[in-house]
Amino acid sequence: MVTHTISLIINGTEEQLQVPSNMTLLHALRDKLGFTGTKNGCEAGECGACTVLVDGEPMNSCLVLAVELNGREITTVEGLAEDGKLTPLQQAFADLNAVQCGYCTPGMLMSATALLKRNPHPSEVDIQEALIGNLCRCTGYQRIIDAVLKASRNGGER
Amino acid sequence: MLARPGLPDFEYMKAESAQDVFHLLKEKGNEVKLLLGGTDLFVQMRDRNESAGILLDLKYLPGMKDISYDKKTGINIGAAVTLNQISAHPDVKKHFQILSQAANTVGNYQLRNRATLGGNICNASPSADMAPAALVLEGEVSLSGPDGERMLALDQFWVGPGKTALKECEFLTAVHFPNPPSGAVGRYLKLGRSKMGDLAIVGVAVLGYPDPEVPAGIRFRIGINSTAPTAYRVPQVEELLAQAPLNDELLRQASEEAMKISAPIEDVRATALYQKKMVNNLTFKGLKEVWSQLINS
Ligand SMILES: Cc1cc2nc3c(=O)[nH]c(=O)nc-3n(C[C@H](O)[C@H](O)[C@H](O)COP(=O)(O)OP(=O)(O)OC[C@H]3O[C@@H](n4cnc5c(N)ncnc54)[C@H](O)[C@@H]3O)c2cc1C
Ligand code: FES
Ligand code: FES
Repeated sequence: MVTHTISLIINGTEEQLQVPSNMTLLHALRDKLGFTGTKNGCEAGECGACTVLVDGEPMNSCLVLAVELNGREITTVEGLAEDGKLTPLQQAFADLNAVQCGYCTPGMLMSATALLKRNPHPSEVDIQEALIGNLCRCTGYQRIIDAVLKASRNGGER
Repeated sequence: MLARPGLPDFEYMKAESAQDVFHLLKEKGNEVKLLLGGTDLFVQMRDRNESAGILLDLKYLPGMKDISYDKKTGINIGAAVTLNQISAHPDVKKHFQILSQAANTVGNYQLRNRATLGGNICNASPSADMAPAALVLEGEVSLSGPDGERMLALDQFWVGPGKTALKECEFLTAVHFPNPPSGAVGRYLKLGRSKMGDLAIVGVAVLGYPDPEVPAGIRFRIGINSTAPTAYRVPQVEELLAQAPLNDELLRQASEEAMKISAPIEDVRATALYQKKMVNNLTFKGLKEVWSQLINS
């Protein structure tokens, strides 16, 4: 097995790590670095639970190799709140009960954070389109969409 | 212990030059797999538990991520350009709008940040969403091999499900699309099990443009996926449409002809009969939309 020494900037902090070629970013985050906020749902690009931001853009961490991202900036759900203060989006999820079991929530938050950055005032359809790759088995989606709408009225992603 | 098995074993390598690629392909043959976004490759390797000697990443080769537009010759899109880049690119949106429509129907937003045009084309899936649009735009692939570059029309590039005309040691560097005829309007209609995010049960691309030389005054090109071993054009239907004055009845007749040509197989997404009927419906809908856009512009 070939290993590589790489550095990832995770939530603003540089991390050096050794990864085998076939280790996905998802496994590197969860199993090597302990960022277990990023969830493993399917490992096939279908569910979006593993979504993180790479240089600000959402990607399925189960479909990217850690070694491909040497030197890049990764944001996980742990990196959203600052000094314990939730982002308006996180706060809206809490206020509107957009979370039930919570398994999809980190991925939802990452996709929606990226949406609000590229489009601070999305329509309901814009939100549906942006979250198509994030499956939720509990909420029926409406409260999640409402939370994103609420956050967009309360000043975007931060 | 990993909670899940993860990916089968391989060694990751970044190709620095085309020579690197030829060299490794020559030396190691089937042990080498080529990587762009990995959204097909990783899923297939995991499903089939298929390891590889080397996974050779082609994304960082010069030019692979470039889009260049020329008013005279058309647009060149590097194989590693992502589908989100395609759907957002101003020249694509302006001159090759149907490509940007098609790109937007693939999977979901985060997937499209990785999924590339080159990967969609080289994977050669009969249901590839970029295929019908690429066919009606008469795209050509640039293939790079030890003996140099060659261009090949897309309808000759796909030879069967998952099979391409790539020769040993060759790889795709870019896709070229000539400028569509002036006044062209295009529409890609995709039917999945859900409104968004699913693979195509049937996808139909229609491109129409004014042509005073033909009795109809308009020419159509029609590209269809998911209903034959590869995506395909239907030249007989296109000819039928050109040779008589256009009306709803002719559009209906043409759509039925397209349905007759389609040759779907029963799969997990739909029965063959349903797919055939949907070829009929989507072709009619696409023709009608493009036609009315053309007469209103
Ligand atoms: C959840 C999910 C949803 C999807 N939805 C859709 C959909 O709606 N529509 C659709 O069309 N597709 C869909 N796909 C399939 C896939 O995302 C697309 O086909 C994508 O465009 C592939 O691009 P890639 O860069 O990821 O390819 P890769 O996986 O990197 O490569 C694909 C294949 O091409 C070969 N290859 C790569 N580059 C080259 C090259 N330069 N020369 C020669 N061979 C090469 C690889 O070895 C591999 O066999 C989906 C996939 C997933 C996981
Ligand atoms: S775990 Fe990555 S998409 Fe499901
Ligand atoms: S809250 Fe349970 S999956 Fe979404």
